[in-house]
Amino acid sequence: MVSMMRWGDTLEDDDFDELTAQALVAANAAPAKQVEKLPPKQVFGPDKDGVKTIVEYKVEGGHKVKVTKKVRVTKKQMKTNKGVLERRNLGKFGEAVGLNAEQERTTMSMTEDIFLERVKTSKDNTRKDENFDQLQALATTKALLRMSGISGKPDGPAFGANKAYKVPASVRRGPGERPPDEDGPSSLAKPGSGQYVPPSLRAGASSAGETMRTRRDENSVRVTNLSEDTKEQDLLELFGPFGAISRIYIAYDRETRESRGFAFINFVRKDEAQRAINKLDGYGYDNLILRVEWAAPREPRPQQEGR
Amino acid sequence: MRPLLLKGHTRPLTFIKYNVDGDILISCAKDHRPTLWYADTGERIGTYKGHNGATWSCDITRDSKRLVTASADSTVKLWNLTTGECIFTFKFDIPCRSVSFSLGEEYLLLTTDAFMGTPPAVRILKHSRDIEEQQHEEVLCISDAHPGRITRAMWGPLNKTFVTSCEDGMVRKFDAASGKLLNEVKVHEKSIQMMDLDSEGNTIITASLDKKSVLLDFETFDILKTYQTDRPLNTAAISPLKDHIALGGGQDAASVTTTAGQAGKFEVVFYHKIFQEMFGTVRGHFGPLNFVAFSPNGKSFTTGGEDGYVRIHHLDSEYFDLDL
Repeated sequence: MVSMMRWGDTLEDDDFDELTAQALVAANAAPAKQVEKLPPKQVFGPDKDGVKTIVEYKVEGGHKVKVTKKVRVTKKQMKTNKGVLERRNLGKFGEAVGLNAEQERTTMSMTEDIFLERVKTSKDNTRKDENFDQLQALATTKALLRMSGISGKPDGPAFGANKAYKVPASVRRGPGERPPDEDGPSSLAKPGSGQYVPPSLRAGASSAGETMRTRRDENSVRVTNLSEDTKEQDLLELFGPFGAISRIYIAYDRETRESRGFAFINFVRKDEAQRAINKLDGYGYDNLILRVEWAAPREPRPQQEGR
Repeated sequence: MRPLLLKGHTRPLTFIKYNVDGDILISCAKDHRPTLWYADTGERIGTYKGHNGATWSCDITRDSKRLVTASADSTVKLWNLTTGECIFTFKFDIPCRSVSFSLGEEYLLLTTDAFMGTPPAVRILKHSRDIEEQQHEEVLCISDAHPGRITRAMWGPLNKTFVTSCEDGMVRKFDAASGKLLNEVKVHEKSIQMMDLDSEGNTIITASLDKKSVLLDFETFDILKTYQTDRPLNTAAISPLKDHIALGGGQDAASVTTTAGQAGKFEVVFYHKIFQEMFGTVRGHFGPLNFVAFSPNGKSFTTGGEDGYVRIHHLDSEYFDLDL
C-alpha cells in the first residue's frame, strides 16, 4: 500500500470555506493579536473524499498571511512479487558497505531533460553521406591537382584571388555551394584512417558549415523604403512565394531598435531572386513604394549584377 | 525523461542484466567489479569482489538469488546475489566470455575465447541448486565449429538447442545434447558484437560492426527483418512491450577523440520492428554504446557505454503515446 500525494492535487487558495475558518478563528483568537507569534500549523481531515486541509501562517512583507492548502490523499494498491518486497531493503555489500544513498556519489539524476528525439526518415542521413562523399572526392581531386601543379582559370577575383593555386573549371562548384577549402586543410582523409579531419567535413557533420561571407553575398536582394513596422515574418510572406529563402535581415537602429527601413533577403536560387526583383520593384506595400534590387556585394563581383 | 546516471564503474561497460522481476540489475564492466543496482532508483546495493579481470557477461537465476559471472581472468564465478559472497569458482585457463543459465538452471552455457593455441569453444557446465554439491563438471565442449571469437551463446526453448553468434558474422544452432551443428547462417559481413532473444525466445536480434542489425527466426533461421543504420553496432535489444528495437553502438572507441561528440553517433536509436524504420534517438553517452537492455516490463531501458557510465531511462508518456 502506497499513499501518494501528487502535486497536481494540491491547490493553494486564500479563501477558505467558512466552517473551517470559524473553527480557526475560535481556536486562534488569542495568538492572532500578537503579531510575532504565529499560530501553529493545523491539519483538518482527511474527510470522506480524502481531502486534507492544511492551514499555515507566515509573515510576508510585514503582513500575516494565512495559507490554506487542500490536498487529496489517494491510496493506490499495487501488486508486487514477494521476492521484490524482500529485496526492497537489501544490505549493502562490497564497495557500497556503510554508505546510504546520500553518502554515495554513484547515482545521479540528470537535471537535464533528455527526449526521445524523433527522426522523420532515415533518407536524410544517406543524403548527407552522399554530400560528404562528393565533398571528399572533390577535395581529394583538388589536393591532387595542387600537388601536380595543374592550374585553371580562377573563379573570379573574390574566389582564389589571394590563393596560391587555381581551380580548374571542371571542379568548380555551383553557386549555392561554398568553395571547399576557404582556409581549412585541403587534403582530406577518410574518417577512421587516423588522419585529422576538420569537424565540418566529418561524416554526419552538416554540410551547411558555410562562412559568413558567402552566406551574406549569395543571391542577396536589397529591399529599401520599407515601413518601420515591417517584420521578418511580413517579408517572408511577401517574398516567400518566389522561392526558397535562406536568410532575412532587417536593419535596425542600434540605439532606438527601430527599423531603418531596409532589409536584405537571400534566396537559395538566383533566378528566383531575379523574379522577385522583377515583380516587387516598385510594388506598393504599407503605403510605400518598395525598391527591390540586387544587393551590392561586399567585394565587387563581376559575374553578378552588382552595383 | 531524466535518466539516472550510475557512476559505479571505472572502465567500459560490457553487459547489463535485469532480473526476471525487473527490480534489480547487474552491470558488468572491464573493471573487475560487477555491480548490483536497484532498477527503479538506481541506488547501488553492492559490488561483487573476487574477479581479477574484465567481466564479460552475467546471468541471474529466476529466483534472483544467485548470479553467475564470466570473466577474462579465466574464471566463472557463482555468487550469492543478495550478499555479494562468492560461492563457487570454475577455473579455466582461457578467458571466459558469455555465460547463461539454462531453463531450470541445471546447466550453464559458457563460451571461451581462443587463447595460446586453444580454439574458441562453447561449453556446457553442470550447475547444482545446492552449492555443496557443485562441482566443476563439463557436460559438452564444442571447440571445432567456430573460426573466430564466440561473442554470445544462448539457450533455445526447453534447453533442446542453443545458438551462438560469432565474429565471422555467422549465427549457428547446435543440438544441446549431442553438440551437433543443426543450422548456420551468414547474416553479417563483419563481427556480430551482441545477440539477444525477444522475451518469448522466438526471434533473435543481432548487432554487427557492419552497421546492420538483423532479426532472425529462431526455428528456421530465416532473416525476417534488417535494420540498416549509419553506425557500427555493438548492441541490440527487442522491447518486450512494443514493436520496437533499440540499437546502440557508434564510432570505434579508438578513434573517438578525433571527432566531436555528435559525429560519434553514440545515441540509442529506436527502430520500428516491423517497418524497419528509425523513429527516434536518445542521446546521452559520450562514448560508444556497449549495451542496451530493456526492463522486463518494457517501461524503462538501461544503457552502458564505453565511457563507463550506466544510464537508466524510465520512459515517459511521450514514448507510450507514440502511435507506433
